[in-house]
Amino acid sequence: MSDTAMERFAGRMPRFLRRADPAVATAFACIVLLLLIGSLYSSNFLSLDYLLLQLKVASFLGIIATGMMLVILLGQIDLSVPWVVGMGAMMACAAAAYGPLGTALAIPFGVLCGLAMGLVNGVGVAYLRIPSMIATLATNAVAQGLMIVYTGGFAPRDTATDAMRWLATAALVPGVPNAVLVWALVGGAMVFVLRRTAFGRAVYGIGNSERAAYLSGLPTRRVTMIAFAASGALAAFGGVLLAGYASKAAQAMGDAYLLPAIAAVVLGGTSILGGRGTYLGTVAGVILITLLQSILSVMQMPEAGRQIIYGVVIVAMLLLYGRAPASR
Amino acid sequence: MKDWRYWLAEQRGTLVAVAIFIAMFIIYISNHQAGLTANVVNTAANKGTLLALVAMAQALVVITSGIDLSVGTIFVLTNCVASYVITGNPFETAAGVAIVLLVGLLCGAINGLVVIYGRLQPIVATIGSGAVFFGIALILRPLPGGTVNETLADAMTGRIFGVVPASLVMLAAIVALVWVPFSRSAVGRAAYAAGSSEAAAYMSGVPIRRGKFAAYALAGLLAGVGGLFLTFFTYSGQASTSSANTYTLFSIAAVVLGGVSLYGGKGSVVGAIFGAFAFRTIGDLMFVFDLDALWQPLFQGVILLAAVSFGAVGLLRVRNRLEWFR
Repeated sequence: MSDTAMERFAGRMPRFLRRADPAVATAFACIVLLLLIGSLYSSNFLSLDYLLLQLKVASFLGIIATGMMLVILLGQIDLSVPWVVGMGAMMACAAAAYGPLGTALAIPFGVLCGLAMGLVNGVGVAYLRIPSMIATLATNAVAQGLMIVYTGGFAPRDTATDAMRWLATAALVPGVPNAVLVWALVGGAMVFVLRRTAFGRAVYGIGNSERAAYLSGLPTRRVTMIAFAASGALAAFGGVLLAGYASKAAQAMGDAYLLPAIAAVVLGGTSILGGRGTYLGTVAGVILITLLQSILSVMQMPEAGRQIIYGVVIVAMLLLYGRAPASR
Repeated sequence: MKDWRYWLAEQRGTLVAVAIFIAMFIIYISNHQAGLTANVVNTAANKGTLLALVAMAQALVVITSGIDLSVGTIFVLTNCVASYVITGNPFETAAGVAIVLLVGLLCGAINGLVVIYGRLQPIVATIGSGAVFFGIALILRPLPGGTVNETLADAMTGRIFGVVPASLVMLAAIVALVWVPFSRSAVGRAAYAAGSSEAAAYMSGVPIRRGKFAAYALAGLLAGVGGLFLTFFTYSGQASTSSANTYTLFSIAAVVLGGVSLYGGKGSVVGAIFGAFAFRTIGDLMFVFDLDALWQPLFQGVILLAAVSFGAVGLLRVRNRLEWFR
């Protein structure tokens, strides 16, 4: 087929298909494939209830991955997610122990703690120019240390407030869990910020070349700092919701969210080097990871097999569409 | 520049790591109630060696401007393998050691193949491969258990002539037999060149693929030695998520403290060894000052944060602000 014929063919496709990123399309195709494989195993996989339940479980990862994506778009990474998630959850629950005012402010307080850790990350990476991998690793250790000192090394005794439980488990619109609505709101805000604000464009610009962005007069350091602060706040917010879902916080509750969050963002076609990626891809990545984990657990695959399949799928999918260009 | 000044500039990161370690160790020993005895040194050496081996593995990959988030899982996997095969008569034990090292080398080689020929970003590729390695470890040892040839284990974690810790001798041997030949060979130079500027190295005809592959494979081998040593230390194997995660993260911290640049091309494995020992000593400082063990993680985190922030002093010397950005 010649180029013009190809173009004519492409021109006849619907607009959203023409503009679709091949990575995002592949991720969605894999979701459909996973659902089909699941439905061979049990017809429940295509039921609305099951899908909504999966979306609800995915929303926690989705909110955390949103912050991670913002940082990865800059070409950085946030390894402080595990204990910032735990910190958000524990601090929100802790605030609840301080009377009605504490109960009312539990959610903002948890998020604020995450924001503070994110700010430390941001100052370290943007102004002190510490490589993000080690700066966020250090703040993760600090957050862990703070939480261990706070709880005395035991499981935290405080419980989640009613508002947190309502946000994570109730359904305002019948049938649609609130957690999914929250994710939709966060996601909508993220899309708006990335596509419609100067800040969002600056994030892409810095991800492509921070030097060029700096020379163009962008406040690259401020943008980087805000992005890390937002990532911390979103991770803590995810932790608050998780605490609401489980009615209480737990030590090391965030450990299971770091690698899936990175994997979800990258599987969604966002370049780990920064500057390229869409939020739709991240949504696809989050759903893909959640479905994969769910199907493997429904099939009663032992943990070992789950880990192996999980790893192989990540590498295989990246080999499909995440490869760097060959020419140098 | 004179030769020795050039050498000093090249080894600055390593020398800073040595200085940090010596300072920490002096504080540690002078406050230890037993003082500088062979026993105290041996315990410190054994604990430090475990992290040092994993940090050496990480340093090899970081020098090529990559990162290996699977070192901790290779460490755990080889530990599980070793808890099965290192038993019986000397011949069987030797074969067992060879098998363990081979498993480590194989894991590293797989990482290398995926990153270099699969052209994936090392950070995500090793997240994936790490999950696979950990899954295999879980199949082998879902619960702690296994045995090891205790004569060999005690010899490796004990003292030679009652004074010198055997673990330090082993580290020195690895540096002499693996690191020195590697860093002086064309392949080793290629690994450094790939870390400094891959495009420039490629244009100059440096065999960067071979260099990077060797770095990843050797990293697997060293992580395997680490797993072997862990088995000698604990007499058993266990697929533990927490030790896999901890060692991966600590290895990055040790490498940075050891003066290896995360941007690649700078630093040495020797620096990583001292970085690892310094990091371990910082953790142990809590105990000699008789503070509550609960504060240890916070203390370690704050020190790490302070240490990496201290590197920001270098920013003040930069003449052109553009050099702040990469």
